[in-house]
Amino acid sequence: MTRFLQVAGAVAWRSIHKVATTPQLLLPSIVFPMFFFVAFAGGLSNVANVPGFDFPSGYTAFQFVFVLLQASAFGGVFTGFGIASDFENGFARRLLLAAPNRLGIIAGYAVAAAARATFVGILLFAVALLTGMRVGGDGVDLFGLVVLAYLVSFTATLWSAGVAMRLRTMQAGPLMQMPVFLVLFLAPVYVPLALLSGWVHTVAKVNPFTPLIETARDFISGTPADAALAYGIAVGLLLAFGFWAVRGLRSAEAAGG
Amino acid sequence: MRSQVFEMARRSILQTLRQPALIIPPIVFPLIMMAINTGGLHAATNLPGFPADTYLDFAIAVPFLQCSLFACINAGAALARDVETGFLKRLAMTPIQRAALLIGHLGGVMVVSLVSALIYVAVGFAAGMNFHAGPWGVPALLLLAMLVSLAFAALGAFVGLRSGSGETVQGFFPLFFVLLFLSSMSLPRPLIEQDWFRFIATYNPVSYLIEGIRSFIITGWDAEALALGFGIAVIVAAAAVAAASGALRTRLVRT
Repeated sequence: MTRFLQVAGAVAWRSIHKVATTPQLLLPSIVFPMFFFVAFAGGLSNVANVPGFDFPSGYTAFQFVFVLLQASAFGGVFTGFGIASDFENGFARRLLLAAPNRLGIIAGYAVAAAARATFVGILLFAVALLTGMRVGGDGVDLFGLVVLAYLVSFTATLWSAGVAMRLRTMQAGPLMQMPVFLVLFLAPVYVPLALLSGWVHTVAKVNPFTPLIETARDFISGTPADAALAYGIAVGLLLAFGFWAVRGLRSAEAAGG
Repeated sequence: MRSQVFEMARRSILQTLRQPALIIPPIVFPLIMMAINTGGLHAATNLPGFPADTYLDFAIAVPFLQCSLFACINAGAALARDVETGFLKRLAMTPIQRAALLIGHLGGVMVVSLVSALIYVAVGFAAGMNFHAGPWGVPALLLLAMLVSLAFAALGAFVGLRSGSGETVQGFFPLFFVLLFLSSMSLPRPLIEQDWFRFIATYNPVSYLIEGIRSFIITGWDAEALALGFGIAVIVAAAAVAAASGALRTRLVRT
């Protein structure tokens, strides 16, 4: 266990340090969520006046939740880019040789992604409050929201790590990014599920991300939430993609990094 | 001159065709976003004063602008690569005319934009778009879309030539992306509730480019929207081509 923690700590510190000291890695993960929040919450706020739109905390909070979960997920995807880059430049090969517990490598990357999500989430929350977001939930609700955001971050990291460790090239970037992007946007992004129409409504009904985002919105507005379903799905996805990432690690080991 | 333009355009088109990553995202990504937004924001058509019966009619204009953004990045990155690899320096030793190089290069990018625009129109009709401008509206829409693509491609070419760095060109993508999102892309300007957002959208020229293209579909022949759309596209294209030409002159100076 000590070895696992040492490896995880070292990998996490290196990843966080790398992102924090490289503006071209840091800025997109800060700027894009802010921008999406401003564009969606500002430009589409009139959508809250559509008949049937009944979200008690208003459109800013409605969009804040989506952007928070999106930023958490994309923090994980960007970490996957870093893993692929580590394989391309040979660092991962040396890491695999040196690490006494290789599962710690995956854990380290996941912690780094969570740290990234924490930083962006705090900034996003501050901007949202400054722009007049109404929070109806209490401390417990907000804690539930934060836990959900971390679960999304871990899941996205494990997915991307699995892809990066199997393909070991930056060209795998779209393969990490596109499925996450589609899962996020094929959920109730702009309006509640009942107001979606056509094939998007059909897909959103079976999209596992839909209960997560609906529960997260319930948390921020302080309305009763079906937390068991959302956490069940989140933990299920986490376990599934954890298995996927570990298999990816084994694939990288078999290929010699 | 004509053969020089042809050769440069041929090179530009072949460069693009040999890299699927330069063709597929500009065509597929805007269509995916449009398909998602059409279902996701259909409820917005219930807002009083919304100008279209379906969100598809309203949103189909956006892929044309997104395609122009990709044209901007592709044009700029290709020219920056020519600077980085020394290809432009070698060209400076030949009798090629500066105009031929720029026209040929932009022409190649425009061909890809035209193909993309034709696909958007075809997908729109296949998905049930109500096109109010009639048969002559289609070539007019394509003309405006090409002008917009030329304007953005020339802007990209200017940045690429001026900086000589592909990374710098890529760095400009978020800026152009912001211009697109802070426009009347998702809702008509009168229906944007937040004053500050409506203010930005009103002074953002991209709003008028989108509204010009959109007017063919949801209004028909709207003189004001078309005058603004074509006018802004022509002004931006002329200024960007002049700036790119100036940057190219500097790059081709024989030392």
